[in-house]
Amino acid sequence: MVEPTTFTPYISAFGGALIGLSAVLLMWSVGRIAGISGIVAGAALEHGEERNWRLLFLLGLFIGAGATAALSGALDDIQPLVSTPVLVAAGVLVGVGTSMGSGCTSGHGVCGISRFSWRSIVATCLFMLSGFVTVFVMRHVLGEGL
Amino acid sequence: MKNIVIVLAGALFGAGIAISGMANPAKVQNFLDLFGVWDPSLAFVMGAALVVATPAYFFVFKAGKPKFAERFHLPERKDIDRKLVAGAVLFGMGWGLSGLCPAPALVAILSGIGHFVVFALAMLAGMILQRQFMSR
Repeated sequence: MVEPTTFTPYISAFGGALIGLSAVLLMWSVGRIAGISGIVAGAALEHGEERNWRLLFLLGLFIGAGATAALSGALDDIQPLVSTPVLVAAGVLVGVGTSMGSGCTSGHGVCGISRFSWRSIVATCLFMLSGFVTVFVMRHVLGEGL
Repeated sequence: MKNIVIVLAGALFGAGIAISGMANPAKVQNFLDLFGVWDPSLAFVMGAALVVATPAYFFVFKAGKPKFAERFHLPERKDIDRKLVAGAVLFGMGWGLSGLCPAPALVAILSGIGHFVVFALAMLAGMILQRQFMSR
């Protein structure tokens, strides 16, 4: 079922500003890129200091999101959009893709573009385009098939 | 102090994802549905993040080194290689199918809905698979 969602420019921009601030704070303090895919993979696979800062950042992420959601109800009505097998396939695609492509919406889309990285600009355009095409095919070519 | 700042940065990020509405996969997938029920909210999330980070990064880098570390850890590659292109395309496919990218995928777990745990585990498995077996 495709249902419209409410356009929320102000609150979304406010949330985006907080994400930008987070990226700046992390670069200013420890010189790291706030790229969540790299932080998750590094937290799982690195050791010592390389793992520690990532675990601390993720701890903060869960605290900040949990507190905010408790106050705002942001997570009250969220639902998975596709069946479990499709969800698993999508999860693997996101995991392999962000790892192979060295970043996701935060690392390339926010941090990379902010420092004018050509690789990040190209990656962001490509994953956006790929997302547009995927949703177009899902919703307007295959219809309710998924 | 350093550790507190890192946790604080994480908390700001998590709060930003939750407030912006990006933890709702329907909102993200609708952003990607240009020819359907398009919800442009996500563009405002990225736009505002860039408006904050671009000028602030300039001053951070101008300082020469971070406050609590010896140097900035920045990617050195400049070339557009096949892995960057293929990775971005695969990521976009998974993002479109699910309406979830890595940060919102983690935040969505807090809803308590098991499907989101399954997604996050599949994502983690994909990352580990790629790093351990597909990278050279």
